[in-house]
Amino acid sequence: MALLNELAKKKEGLVEGHRLCPGCTHSVIMRQVLAAADTDKYDIVVAAATGCFEVSSGLYPYTSWNIPWIHNAFENAASTISGIEAMYRLWKKKGRTDKDIRFIAIASDGGTYDIGLQALSGAIERGHQFLYICNDNNAYQNTGNQRSSATPFGASTTTSPNGTVLQGKSQPKKDIMSVLEGHHMQYLAQASPSNWRDLMDKAKTALDVNGPTYMNVIEPCTTGWGFPSNKSIEIAQLAVDTCIWPLYEIIEGKVKINYKPKNKLPVEEFLKPQKRFAHLFKKGNEHLIKEYQGQVDKHWEWLLAREASGIGY
Amino acid sequence: MSEKLLNWDEILIGGAIKDPGNSKSYETGSWRVERPVWNPESCIQCMFCWVYCPDSSILVDENGKMAGIDYDHCKGCGICVEQCPTKPKSLAMLLEAEAKGKSEEEIRKEAFSK
Amino acid sequence: MGKKVALTGNEAAAHAIRQINPDVVAAFPITPSTPIPQGVAQFIADGQMDTEFVTVESEHSAMSACVGASAAGGRVMTATSANGYALMWEILYIASGTRLPIVMAVAARALSAPLNIHGDHSDIMGGRDTGWIQLIAENSQETYDNLIQAVKIAENKKVMTPALGAFDGFNISHAIEIWEMEDDAKVKEFVGEYEPLYPLLKTDEPITHGAWAPPNWYFENRMNQLEGLLNAKDVVADVGKEFGKAFGREYGLYEAYKMDDAEFTIVAAGSVCGTTKDVVDKLRENGVKAGLLKIRLFRPFPYKELADVLSGTKAIAVLDRVSPAGAQGGPLFTEIRSALYDVNNRPPVINYTYGLGGRDTQPVHINSVYDTLKKIVDTGRVEKQFDCLNLRGTWG
Repeated sequence: MALLNELAKKKEGLVEGHRLCPGCTHSVIMRQVLAAADTDKYDIVVAAATGCFEVSSGLYPYTSWNIPWIHNAFENAASTISGIEAMYRLWKKKGRTDKDIRFIAIASDGGTYDIGLQALSGAIERGHQFLYICNDNNAYQNTGNQRSSATPFGASTTTSPNGTVLQGKSQPKKDIMSVLEGHHMQYLAQASPSNWRDLMDKAKTALDVNGPTYMNVIEPCTTGWGFPSNKSIEIAQLAVDTCIWPLYEIIEGKVKINYKPKNKLPVEEFLKPQKRFAHLFKKGNEHLIKEYQGQVDKHWEWLLAREASGIGY
Repeated sequence: MSEKLLNWDEILIGGAIKDPGNSKSYETGSWRVERPVWNPESCIQCMFCWVYCPDSSILVDENGKMAGIDYDHCKGCGICVEQCPTKPKSLAMLLEAEAKGKSEEEIRKEAFSK
Repeated sequence: MGKKVALTGNEAAAHAIRQINPDVVAAFPITPSTPIPQGVAQFIADGQMDTEFVTVESEHSAMSACVGASAAGGRVMTATSANGYALMWEILYIASGTRLPIVMAVAARALSAPLNIHGDHSDIMGGRDTGWIQLIAENSQETYDNLIQAVKIAENKKVMTPALGAFDGFNISHAIEIWEMEDDAKVKEFVGEYEPLYPLLKTDEPITHGAWAPPNWYFENRMNQLEGLLNAKDVVADVGKEFGKAFGREYGLYEAYKMDDAEFTIVAAGSVCGTTKDVVDKLRENGVKAGLLKIRLFRPFPYKELADVLSGTKAIAVLDRVSPAGAQGGPLFTEIRSALYDVNNRPPVINYTYGLGGRDTQPVHINSVYDTLKKIVDTGRVEKQFDCLNLRGTWG
């Protein structure tokens, strides 16, 4: 990846004036992806699912996009990009364009793990050339922090609230990487905006694959998660350092972990600064933190074992 | 910041927007309670503030170097200050109220004296 | 020169799509329209068309991919029925709101429950307010002709609105009829090239599609959209004439069958019109002044033109192939009755629901309708404003 000074000279695909909350990392992630993209070589067309990022960056009569962009609905970013990519193939076939165009679909966890999963699965199976980026903010944040299947265990959301009898979400988070990996696509990666160089490398790699690729990116949400706006990147880093959000790739079925913390932090470090986990630190709820730590450790060990096995498809 | 409200027969069909990046004309800087203040003297040009800024509000010169802050759009989230790696930091937050009516130099002094 | 063929309505639709040769087709199979995507797939496999066929995993994705492909900048078609159409519902509004001239063949079918795969108009009537142009065919010939015309109507720059060409599931979709297939080259020439307005793939002019509109912009966008839909009425008439010149079969907004001096009139849409025409002919032989007003364009609804045709008649029965679902009558009935409100000497209008879930409607049933109309004129009294045709048991 080029030096940041070089990247900073590029014309940005996403510009200021969008209405995301202060400190929101949706735009940080997209800016990093577009900075990494080799836009001297190819152009990019984006399809967005309904969500915070979409409503903030395409608010009639304003657009924050300097590149072609479409929003269709909540659950169909993948099928929308399928149609666009099919039309591109046709244009290519008939010589209507000599451009090299790459396609990106963006959605959050609601539009990916849940309501958009079927469309995503279909689009991947059909083999369209597109990078699907899930900005995982762990809940339906655009409607006000309702739980999703990406909400971590124990998190209090407006539909899995902490109360006198229940203590936040009782189910663990869906492992979407494993779900999608089953499509035997060439490239999947998990990334974090805190580790920008890693994220950029992954985006660049993914965009060069002639087929479907997927990136799962942690997207700390100041309002839904409950932390000050200046802490977004720090929270993302803590997710990485606790191995709650491991940075890894699955390249033709082979797991490659990109970062192994020398000092793996306890999950409390990630949980503590966030209001959605505050109840876990109340007396009597120690077992919940223990259970969460257990889930995180198990997944991390499983990832390490998979990497060590070297087995791909 | 006021947008021209067009009649129904004056707009593009299908809700299309033909003016890429026109949100630049919408100034989110008015949301700000605190502002980041930059000290170029201690800045090492690592550009972390640029890569982490959610609002593309780190001004960049033709050499790709940090050249200041776009206060028309900066929402004052404070990520740049938090991620600034120099010691002491080359960016500091200051309440907008404290910056009001002051010169750039006074503001810098105020921000970095804390 | 065209040639006479003996093929089903689905094959008529598939051949129309082959000859139009759209850039992208995205479709998902559902009875009774399944043979359309199958036909398209086979034509592509045999090199008879070079469309990109997106074999989506649902109708929701079919219409979503159509929206993406159309916004990308090309000609796009699809086909569906019933529950598939219902699954597309959300995106039908997005297609029309984004002003994408997608053309869809709909083999009209009953909606569940109970599950029923046979013909009626539950799907298209349910979707009548999705902002699409709706053309309804009486037979295979019209199915074929309507789809070819729909492309030209939808893509007209004053319209830029998606259009569907509906035909009755099974009655038309699976019935073999003799119809005229035109030359490939002539159809190609008739539909012409499509010039998109704001294609996503024109990356040097980056466009934003699908921004959300707050209360100070939404209303204007919706009314701007309505203008396009309303403009379709004149364009349908123009394209119908042009089609007549090119192929010898001229189309209007409706078909007035023996309406010049008709006293007893049935208003209907779809395959039942064929049966009704036979009955009208028989009644005319016996000196009964029966007539049929066949609806071709249902959206936008040409209410003034239809009211003009109906104003001279003495009694009207509107046949709806859908349940009134709690309204005063079926959708065609309420539209017709409303259209007649501004006419002097309004004739009485009654309503029948018929043919639900593939229930047969035979000449005997149509005859009974004309009998009732005669009775109304004779007695000056309407005994039942709403009734059913060929339903076991007495309704109301």
